[in-house]
Amino acid sequence: MHAEEKLTHETWPAEPEKSTLEAKNKFLGFWFFLGGETVLFASLFATYLALKDKVPDSTHTLAKDLYDLPLTFVATMLLLTSSLTSVYAIYHMKNFNAKKMNLWLIITVLLGAAFLALEVYEFSHYVHEYNHTFTSSAFGSAFYTLTGFHGAHVAFGLMWFLTLIIRNSKRGLDLYNAPKFYIASLYWHFIDVVWVFIFTVVYLMGMVG
Amino acid sequence: MSTYAQKKGFGATLWDFLTTVDHKKIAILYLIAGGFFFVIGGLEAVFIRIQLAVPNNDFVSAGLFNEIITMHGTTMIFLAAMPLVFAFMNAVMPLQIGARDVAFPFVNALGFWLFFFGGVFLNLSWFFDGAPDAGWTSYASLAMASKGHGVDFYVLGLQISGLGTLIGGINFLVTIINMRAPGMTYMRMPLFTWTTFVTSALILFAFPPLTVGLVLMLFDRMFGSNFFVTTMGGNTVIWEHLFWIFGHPEVYILILPAFGIFSEIMPMFSRKRLFGYSSMVFATVLIGFLGFMVWAHHMFTTGLGPVANAIFAVATMAIAVPTGIKIFNWLLTMWGGSVKFTTPMHYAIAFIPSFVAGGVTGVMLAVAAADYQYHDTYFVVAHFHYVIVGGVVFALLAGTHLYWPKMFGTMLNETLGKITFWLFFIGFHMTFFIQHFLGLWGMPRRVFTYLPGQGFETSNLISSLGAVFMSLAVLVLLYNIIMTSVKNVRVGNDPWGDGRTLEWSLPSPPPFYNFKQLPLVRGLDAYWLEKMEGKKGMTPAEPLGDIHMPNSSFLPFMMSFGLFVAAFGALFNMDDKAWSIPVLILGLLITFGSMFIRSVKDDHGFHIHKEELMDDEDKGVKA
Repeated sequence: MHAEEKLTHETWPAEPEKSTLEAKNKFLGFWFFLGGETVLFASLFATYLALKDKVPDSTHTLAKDLYDLPLTFVATMLLLTSSLTSVYAIYHMKNFNAKKMNLWLIITVLLGAAFLALEVYEFSHYVHEYNHTFTSSAFGSAFYTLTGFHGAHVAFGLMWFLTLIIRNSKRGLDLYNAPKFYIASLYWHFIDVVWVFIFTVVYLMGMVG
Repeated sequence: MSTYAQKKGFGATLWDFLTTVDHKKIAILYLIAGGFFFVIGGLEAVFIRIQLAVPNNDFVSAGLFNEIITMHGTTMIFLAAMPLVFAFMNAVMPLQIGARDVAFPFVNALGFWLFFFGGVFLNLSWFFDGAPDAGWTSYASLAMASKGHGVDFYVLGLQISGLGTLIGGINFLVTIINMRAPGMTYMRMPLFTWTTFVTSALILFAFPPLTVGLVLMLFDRMFGSNFFVTTMGGNTVIWEHLFWIFGHPEVYILILPAFGIFSEIMPMFSRKRLFGYSSMVFATVLIGFLGFMVWAHHMFTTGLGPVANAIFAVATMAIAVPTGIKIFNWLLTMWGGSVKFTTPMHYAIAFIPSFVAGGVTGVMLAVAAADYQYHDTYFVVAHFHYVIVGGVVFALLAGTHLYWPKMFGTMLNETLGKITFWLFFIGFHMTFFIQHFLGLWGMPRRVFTYLPGQGFETSNLISSLGAVFMSLAVLVLLYNIIMTSVKNVRVGNDPWGDGRTLEWSLPSPPPFYNFKQLPLVRGLDAYWLEKMEGKKGMTPAEPLGDIHMPNSSFLPFMMSFGLFVAAFGALFNMDDKAWSIPVLILGLLITFGSMFIRSVKDDHGFHIHKEELMDDEDKGVKA
């Protein structure tokens, strides 16, 4: 199958993300990339755990007095839901329904943006209420770097989805752009999984001291 | 030839190389750039040996000496050895598996330009108040105290070039998994392809920890974070861990392709199948796996405690087992073969005792208790030069001679090649063998001078004289390259006459689409099998048809150039220079703008039509 072919609902393959050699390469290459990203975040997690609660003096707030679980819970729910909505988008992509796919992608983007807004609010809360900043302690540096790297990934994912939606809004689905949507959603799931680990390792484990 | 190959002017050729996505041309770019940095790193080595030739020397100052040793190590590892390895991977691996290009030709070009601009950026530090001076390992305790911008050049330069290496690794992995020719099963892949595969996996998992380490150091130096500031709760040992979790696999990233090149040379010039092929594959994978379990043997004296030291000591010694398997397999490949003493074979034979010597000192260093005695002495310097020069550099020189005809279509002179070999071989052992003893006698590494009357004079002088031999060897090689290129005697498909793998079934250099028809692979040493059955070339696995090829693009160059510009802005922003922020933004705009164009503009590539391919045959050109 060629990527440029015009397809109909009947000829649309079951796995459009793997139907050409280029698509297969992208699919596999992106999984490898996510493998590398896993090691990247593992290194950041290790750094965070080594520097957790490492502060210059006793006036600094430690993890168990800092984190605000209700807020983080809402953020977690937003991001988990956005992962679900991106699954719906890919479901419609596989059914050759560009309109519904775009609708669900837009919902995904909105949920992701809401997550980012909450994270920005959370950071400013820590900075103003607790004087817990990027430069105040090694703990602060490690916390903002880990969560900030994740936040930057979320922001990049939003830009990615938006670019895809805008670029392909007028021409519908074909075998050239279908793998692009699939891979963007793969990336989005990865960000979600990383957040599950951040929620567990940083916030939940932070509460127990 | 068809319309695709025409005589071109210099400008057109330059533009061709700036925009190419062809793996064979990218290989040439890697070879030229890597060779250039190899010469720079070599000059730095010569300066080191001049300074240490006699006691109390003042050829360079202590501070400049620190910059030279740092840049020698960094340049040789990241900017010479790795790109040269990548050059051969690019030139040979797609041909060996019967592919028309790599999986992501665009990304391949991007990887090269990122490496290139990162390397240039790092080396420009010499012209902006000083090169990095914290050693190639750039331990945070030294790096954080380093004045000037040297360390910032190190951090930003390696970050950019490391990105290029990472995407290169992913590219090779996908290429080998998805693009093998019909019949090319995993256990029929040539050993060089196998080592490329395992090396790429190592790159994928080893480079992200370096990325993180560099980011932390960047944040500490530029934005006032406290990862390595102990008074603020930071911890410099984090850098040591992150660096060596990258750094130890890195040495296998270098040596495995070297093993691969020797595993091609040995059977070729012994005219005999590689002994123990499956055990070679097994040993390669095992070395790759164990490579991630041993990083703390670089940190025995850091104080991790006896349990950690013991575990890492045992894991380190375990690596000697698969490596030993390989050594015996090479020996047994030669045994009973009809050995042809070509230049590459000279290197291959010399490699075995040289590398074994480096391996033995490696096991010595793995004894944690004894390491307290060897640590930071010239013994360590001798050890890693025996494995890196005796292993990697020998392989790169051998590979240069072996694959030169396949890359450029003409043979390097064999006599000059053997002169290069003997000069280099003698110089190498002269320089580094004596350093084992210097270390055991107590000479610390990284000192810029030593006093007379401590028993170091003669040995250091011998060591420095050895460097003269190695320099001469490189000069002879350069002369050889120039003479060969001027004469430009064209050669056929299989210039060594003993080619076993698919790349030798193609013209030298191959047409840009590599295979007119994908070959049918019927076993290990696919081309050899066909030759033994009296056939001229490979049996095609498909009818002649249209070939899909990728378009050239200038975007990889622009993306990398943008990061190069942005890095200057980021670096000088630390001095509060007014122009730095606009430069940073401009650079990022170039990079992200190019990325945006890449996403928005569809790139379907083009097709070579069947009729054009048939033209070739009509005009009597072999394909």
